[in-house]
Amino acid sequence: MPKVTVDGQEIEVPAGATVLQACELAGKEIPRFCYHERLSIAGNCRMCLVEVKPGPPKPQASCALPAADGQEIRTDTPMVKTAREGVMEFLLINHPLDCPICDQGGECDLQDQSVAYGRGGSRYGRENKRAVTEKNMGPLIKTIMTRCIHCTRCVRFSEEIAGVDEIGALYRGEDMQITTYLERAATHELSANVIDLCPVGALTSRPYAFEARPWELKKTLSIDVSDAVGANIRLDSRGREVMRALPRINDDVNEEWLSDKGRYMVDGLTRRRLDKVWIRKSGKLAEASWDQAFKAIAAAKPGKNIAAIAGDLVDCETMFAAKALLGAMGSTLLEGRQTGMDYDVSNMAAVAFNSTFAGIETADAILIVGSHVRWEAALVNARLRKAVKHGAKVFVVGPEWETTYPATFLGEDVGVLGKLPKDVSDAFKGAERPAIILGGAALAKGALAPALAFADKFGLVNDGWNGFNVLHMAASRMGGLMLGYAQAGGIADIAAAKPKVLLSLGADEVDYSAFDGVLKVYIGHHGDKGAHAADIILPAASYAEKDGTYVNTEGRVQYAEKAVFAPGDAREDWTILRALADALGVSVGFDSFADLQGAMFAAVPALGEEGLADLGALPKGDAKAKADGVITYPIKDFYLTNPIARASAVMQQCSAELLHGDDLAEAAE
Amino acid sequence: MSLQDKDRIFTNVYGFQPWNLAAAQKRGDWDNTKDIIARGNDAIIDEMKASGLRGRGGAGFPTGLKWSFMPKESKDGRPSFLVINADESEPGSCKDREIIRHDPHKLIEGALIAGFAMRARAAYIYIRGEYIREAQTLQAAIDEAYSAGLIGKNASGSGYDFDVFMHRGAGAYICGEETAMIESLEGKKGQPRLKPPFPAGAGLYGCPTTVNNVESIAVVPTILRRGASWFSSFGAEGNHGTKLFQISGHVDKPCVVEEEMSIPFRELIEKHCGGVRGGWDNLLAVIPGGSSVPLVPAADIMDAPMDFDGLKAVGSGLGTAAVIVMDKSTDIVRAISRISYFYKHESCGQCTPCREGTGWMWRMMERLRTGDAAVEEIDMLYQVTKQVEGHTICALGDAAAWPIQGLIKHFRPELERRIHEHNAQFAPETREAAE
Repeated sequence: MPKVTVDGQEIEVPAGATVLQACELAGKEIPRFCYHERLSIAGNCRMCLVEVKPGPPKPQASCALPAADGQEIRTDTPMVKTAREGVMEFLLINHPLDCPICDQGGECDLQDQSVAYGRGGSRYGRENKRAVTEKNMGPLIKTIMTRCIHCTRCVRFSEEIAGVDEIGALYRGEDMQITTYLERAATHELSANVIDLCPVGALTSRPYAFEARPWELKKTLSIDVSDAVGANIRLDSRGREVMRALPRINDDVNEEWLSDKGRYMVDGLTRRRLDKVWIRKSGKLAEASWDQAFKAIAAAKPGKNIAAIAGDLVDCETMFAAKALLGAMGSTLLEGRQTGMDYDVSNMAAVAFNSTFAGIETADAILIVGSHVRWEAALVNARLRKAVKHGAKVFVVGPEWETTYPATFLGEDVGVLGKLPKDVSDAFKGAERPAIILGGAALAKGALAPALAFADKFGLVNDGWNGFNVLHMAASRMGGLMLGYAQAGGIADIAAAKPKVLLSLGADEVDYSAFDGVLKVYIGHHGDKGAHAADIILPAASYAEKDGTYVNTEGRVQYAEKAVFAPGDAREDWTILRALADALGVSVGFDSFADLQGAMFAAVPALGEEGLADLGALPKGDAKAKADGVITYPIKDFYLTNPIARASAVMQQCSAELLHGDDLAEAAE
Repeated sequence: MSLQDKDRIFTNVYGFQPWNLAAAQKRGDWDNTKDIIARGNDAIIDEMKASGLRGRGGAGFPTGLKWSFMPKESKDGRPSFLVINADESEPGSCKDREIIRHDPHKLIEGALIAGFAMRARAAYIYIRGEYIREAQTLQAAIDEAYSAGLIGKNASGSGYDFDVFMHRGAGAYICGEETAMIESLEGKKGQPRLKPPFPAGAGLYGCPTTVNNVESIAVVPTILRRGASWFSSFGAEGNHGTKLFQISGHVDKPCVVEEEMSIPFRELIEKHCGGVRGGWDNLLAVIPGGSSVPLVPAADIMDAPMDFDGLKAVGSGLGTAAVIVMDKSTDIVRAISRISYFYKHESCGQCTPCREGTGWMWRMMERLRTGDAAVEEIDMLYQVTKQVEGHTICALGDAAAWPIQGLIKHFRPELERRIHEHNAQFAPETREAAE
């Protein structure tokens, strides 16, 4: 632990820390543009200059200088101030004075730092400023490259974190330009994170362009529901509209990244919304009142013949309210696995991501079975890339997809799990922290039992390490399983029970043809597949419009807050279910959201505690368990996996341009 | 006291004899290289230290000392590399070119010995892209040396395996900076790296690497054959040896010549270049070490010894010993402005002060050239050069700043004269008179 002095204050810093980190530990703010905690050190903006003794008699870039014992660091000398002012002047001579029309205005590092280090006027006035052409970076990233200060954060992000060499620098000297390769759109799932990284307004959000100013926005802490990662987000809203979603820092979950879908599907919150009650009359949906709808449901006299299917985006409270209603009616017909999966859920640890996302970075041998990780959990893929960088070997069972790290594909048939090639089993035998990641496609092929056998065979659980991971795709999945939304035979059991009334809680992926003749009540927020099949539509709130609890695939309990009000007649889901209880003449035992949460926490105590739930120990595997069949990934289009994304114009555009761009170009010819 | 023919290292610098192996061996190259290697790594490094050879690429760092920074043994299996800097791009410099095209075997033999001394697995010669014929000659010489068994497996029968590779650059001045050269060798955009880590710890492909100038390596075999004391008998204390001087500009006979270090400037010019054009009174200024060192006005340079310390004393540097002589017909402001343009054009663009500053300095110089400026702007330009100098990752920022600082220091009256002359055209009384 080296001891250094910062402005006369002696502090001890961790070994390997840089001078910049030492200064921060001492409470000194160091201006920077190129330095970023999660990227490699470039040292090219030269804004973080400090004076260090011993050393050459000139200011040093603190971000790149290792802190060494006995260093005397000064951040407040005239030399440091002049040096930073000099760098700031250089940055500004070619930076356009267009802050009033720049979307970064108000949250711009250059703007902030120029207050501290900028001059009042320009000494470059007689020369022309540089102008740089815009670059095509796709439908999400808007470029105004004249504003670029060449910090190369975006270049380093795509190279190091995303693992796609898409952004780089061309030319040299003052002609240097940041661009995408051959000006093709950035096409990976984390591409929009460069917008957050850009310290100036060179890369801004295209869908959000000229929409709002940061100081006009109300900021609400929320959880991303576009996948089962549960990325921590902040919803920025103005009035009744969510303007944008930004990642929050949570090192355990999303670090500080967010997938493009989580970030940009929010415009779908205002499109194709269900804002009225609808009742199907002779095959056609007609507007109705809440009262009429409740009466129509009561008229079906479901008794205990009532079932509920939870969709992918619903929160635990909604599911618990529905469970309470069904319980009061005497039914336990609950299911959340919409596509008909029926894996064993008697042990929750066997269906969770036990190593945790942060933990998987330390794994040294990873077997992915039936998961297109890039599309099913883009943020987990970034973690896997880190693991590989640390030396992990990755093997994949399933159809090939483009990994962002070296990986070996072992074929498409899940049967290979029982007869692994020798080099693979050797790799796992030799591994200290072996791990398996089981995707939804593998669960559908019955790979859970063989995977547990694999875990036994290769010692995936050893002291302090549990490498058995299931990677879900739905934000509601883990919460649903904890609340008992699972039948032994899956959704087929529900169909077989022939309920009179089926409550569909935003379930849009279900094959409703199995429920012909059943009164289908859709409680959801988008006019998607579920609403098309429904007999009665009750408009509800999306994740942005209600408080809620979500459990991610790790079993991490997280709370989201309400950012805006639901549109039109739409109500928060639990209130609908509460009112329905009255209509059906039963009592669910709660009258307020707090009551509901209290009851839920009492029923499932793990949900009451933020953070990783204790899911118990992994069950023993059955060594004889076998599975076979060719794996097919359920996600066909990354950008259109849920009703909000399908309603989003931005996501549709992404899908068309980024995934089907080649087809479109061909069709045009 | 000037260098005698018997003491010249580069005996074929003018190409009067063929460059090939047979001719080179007649001149004494590759003469029992095995015995030199048999002296052992440390003995060679010690001899180099004793010879007082300072790096010939410009910075003048003691070569033997540089080699001694290389690891004695590889603890983690990483090999070591020698990189030879033949990206001679400094305006005014043309010595490496003469070595490569007329005496390439000196360089290859030096590469083997130096590589052996620093326990390197191979040498990479990074040659300037524009040197097309030179690259052909060098590659042919390398091939000759391979087929003669002088390098490759069991090089020269010494039992040491050593490879020499030539790599052609693509025409960027910055790739002459050692870490940018390493980046370029690795196939990346040529941009200097942050130091630390220094190349001796993690250089080419993350392995310990030493980067040496062509001349530093090419003189090694001769030093070891004739002894450190012979080499150190030339030149002033701390600046020993012989050196290739490249004299260009307003002298009667510009040339590349090997001379003793510390030779006075006047003697160097008189003896080898036939004097300054128009006589010594016509001398205006000299850039003694390639474009990146400050110029020295005539009066100061006349009797200055041409070595690292002697030129430092007159506010400049020896650099690569590319002496640019300018007589009084020179538009000195235009000359320095052209140099500024060069640095603006060759800045890699990585770090802010150099990327933005070099362009600003050049534009300012262009205005000073015509006098279209205010007198205060001279001070502003000086400040800008100070804002660049010492604030960058590599030394290109310094190199761009120094020539301008030299100009302002020594020729401020000329700058002011131009400004007054230019601005007088627009003064009210002049206009009235014209009407």
